[in-house]
Parts: sequence; C-alpha cells; structure tokens
Amino acid sequence: MSGSVTRVDVRLTVNGRDRAATVDVRRTLAELLREDLALTGTHIGCEHGVCGSCTVLVDGASARSCLTLAARVDGCAVVTIEGLADDASGGLSTLQQACIEQHSFQCGFCTPGILIVATELLADNPQPSEEEVREAISGNLCRCTGYDSIVAGILHAAERGS
Amino acid sequence: MKAAPFALSRPESIEEAVACLTEHGDDARLLAGGQSLMPLLAMRRQSPRVLVDLRRLTNLTHIVTSDGHVEIGAMTTQRAVERNPGIAADVRLLALAVPQIAHVTVRNQGTIGGSIAHADPSAELPAVALATGATMIVVGPGGRRSIAASDFFVDAHATAMARDELLAGIHVPFDPPDSGWAFEEVSRRPGDVAIVGVAAMVRLDRERRIAEARIVLCSVAPTPVRATEAETVLVGNSPSAELFAECATAATVGIDPPRDLNGTSAYRRHITAVLVRRALTRAVDRAAR
Repeated sequence: MSGSVTRVDVRLTVNGRDRAATVDVRRTLAELLREDLALTGTHIGCEHGVCGSCTVLVDGASARSCLTLAARVDGCAVVTIEGLADDASGGLSTLQQACIEQHSFQCGFCTPGILIVATELLADNPQPSEEEVREAISGNLCRCTGYDSIVAGILHAAERGS
Repeated sequence: MKAAPFALSRPESIEEAVACLTEHGDDARLLAGGQSLMPLLAMRRQSPRVLVDLRRLTNLTHIVTSDGHVEIGAMTTQRAVERNPGIAADVRLLALAVPQIAHVTVRNQGTIGGSIAHADPSAELPAVALATGATMIVVGPGGRRSIAASDFFVDAHATAMARDELLAGIHVPFDPPDSGWAFEEVSRRPGDVAIVGVAAMVRLDRERRIAEARIVLCSVAPTPVRATEAETVLVGNSPSAELFAECATAATVGIDPPRDLNGTSAYRRHITAVLVRRALTRAVDRAAR
C-alpha cells in the first residue's frame, strides 16, 4: 500500500531539460511551471479548465495545466510555450513566425495556450481546413481578436509547412 | 481557485485503490482524468480529505475487441477511443459521440470510466452506455461484478456503485447488423455542455421497416433516459418524416426537463423533439447504406 502523502517529489523534463521539485500535492502543473520553475510563459486564466490559456503538451498531448496535478506529471515530458522556439537557432517556430506576420494576437494572454493546441493540431494534421483550425482552437478563449487573425496565422503556418 | 488541502494516494493496483476507498470511505474521491473533478476541487464544490489518483493503473487503459463486444478499460482516454479503428467500425455510436465531448485537450486527458462514473446528466458517455446496452465492470472488496447501464445511473452524479467500489471498465456490444446510429446535441458553442443530447439507433428489416429502435435523451432528467414510448411509435413502420415527427412528440411527453441558465424547460422540450427527428433521419440514412 502506497499510503497517502501531502508532499511529493516530481521529476520531469520541461522543454527537453530535466527538472525536479518537491511540491504540495495540491500544486497544479501550471503552478509548478510558473512558481517552482519560473516558466511564466504559461498563463493562468480561469483556473478551472475553461479558458485554455494554461494549455501545455504532456507527453505530446495537450493538457490544461490548471487541471493537472503536478504530482501526475512525474516522469513526463512537458512542452510549454517557451519550448516552441528552436533552441539551437533561437528562432521562432514556423507557427510563431506565421502568427506574427498575420498579427494573430493582441494582448497575448491566450497566446501560449493557442500556440500549444495549434502546434498539436499541425503535428497531427499538417494541412488542416479552416473549419478544422477553428475546431482545434475552440477550447481556447481569446477576448481581443475575434479569432479570425489567429485562424489566418495557423493556416499561414500550414501553408509553409511547420 | 485553489483546491482545499488534501492528501494524495497513488495506488499501484485496483486492489490498492479499493483498499483506499475502504479505509477512507466518504472522505476519499477517485481521480481519473481530472477533467470534471479538478474544476470541482478548484471551486471547492468538493473538498475530499484524500484524493486517490488512478494514473498508475495502466492495466485499465486497454481497448480489446472480442466475441461481439469491445471492452474498454476505465482509464482509457476519450481521445484513444475516438481514434480506435475497431470502435469506429463496430461501435459507431461511441465513435459519433466521443468527438462531441468538450475539446481535444479535454479528451486527451478525460477518461471513459471517469465520465461514466461521474454520471453527469448532460454528459455524452452515460447516454451512449445506456443506448448501446453497455455493461459496467465494477470492482470492490468482494471482487468483481457487472452492472447493466439501465441499472447503473440512479440519479444526477450518482451510480449503483457502492462507496468502496470503483469502475474498472465497460463492455459495449457491437452494433447489430443493418443498424444505423446518430448522436445529436445542441450546446451554446461546440464543446460546451449539451443543453439536450439525443442518441438514436434504428435497425431495419428486409422490407426496410424499422425492426428495432432505441432513443436515449440526455440533459433532460437527472440521468440519461430511454424514450421507450417514442421507440414503440417507430417499430414495425417504414421511416418517414411524419413518423419521425410523431415519434419526436412522443419523446417529449414523458419528460420534465430542468431549467437553468442554458435554457428553460420548454426550450429543452422543443430541442428534444428537433433532435429526435434529426437523429432518426441520420440513423435511418446510415442504416440504409
């Protein structure tokens, strides 16, 4: 029997780097990233799984980090917005560059979540239709743009082959 | 938006998980994919003393087809079910309904067992379980038992499982030959909670008359409900718009839908009729192919 605990050791990779922390069991992955690992690119909006801003990749699949206990990502590979740029060149990903060119974002609050789900979409379906793009980002709220510019950015990235 | 303090238990086996439930009783809650429970914890609508994390029960993540049914482990993600070619071929209602659950990000983490055990009246999977005649495989201190979907959902967020039992998996029978299925729902925006959802199955005989029909409604009662009187209207008759309209009216007779921010009771009744017609039209289309 494993017993119950209130603190746990978490070892994971974040954007390819080995990281470790000892956290309270109610710490969420979003808090682990921002508070313990100082990766503040992941934004916390609603904190109950509605807005999508805190979305990251866990073992390649998107997850809302506010709904994910840090204890649950022990042994996992996490990718955050900070991990999308090419580490070697320091350059932005094709998706990021395409979104800049299309003026996809305004205030930037939803940006990390939307770029993560768009990255997941394009990895799975490199040539999505506009409808597929709209569905892919439908769980992410943006209060600035009305979404058209975001959709244009993602489609622009697809044309270039991200 | 922060969960009240709790202790975390991370069992390595079903037996250990059951032992946690036995030890902590009402103070414990099971955490499957977390897509329903984590928001409830964040909003402090629930504050269990012990959270039992089922993530290490990797032997509950299987999808196995055999002998006329598919067995799905409770910890299988909704996304895995959505992408399973065997389910797409042989259990079409599941394949039609699962993509209508929330968003990809939620389905990546949300599990089949978590959604069914949570027994939300507006959720797709309990309605699918009822419409397909699925069986829940439940494990407790006394061992394993099966519960038919028709006995499983007893009230909103309440099932026939005892406090010290957990859902290990579900058995879903393959579609009968010459059957067609549909799952239709209306929500404020795609991915939002279903204001009304309708699962429908029709099986046609050689003369293209309806030999068997199943209609299940969700979000109109504390549990998913089978519209048996509406089904009776269909059986033995040839599909037609008039027949579907009569059936849709019958489906609204036995229900007393709740009202909330998303819609009044009358609105839900109206949408029920619309969706029953739509679902039957699509199901018959698919059966006739």
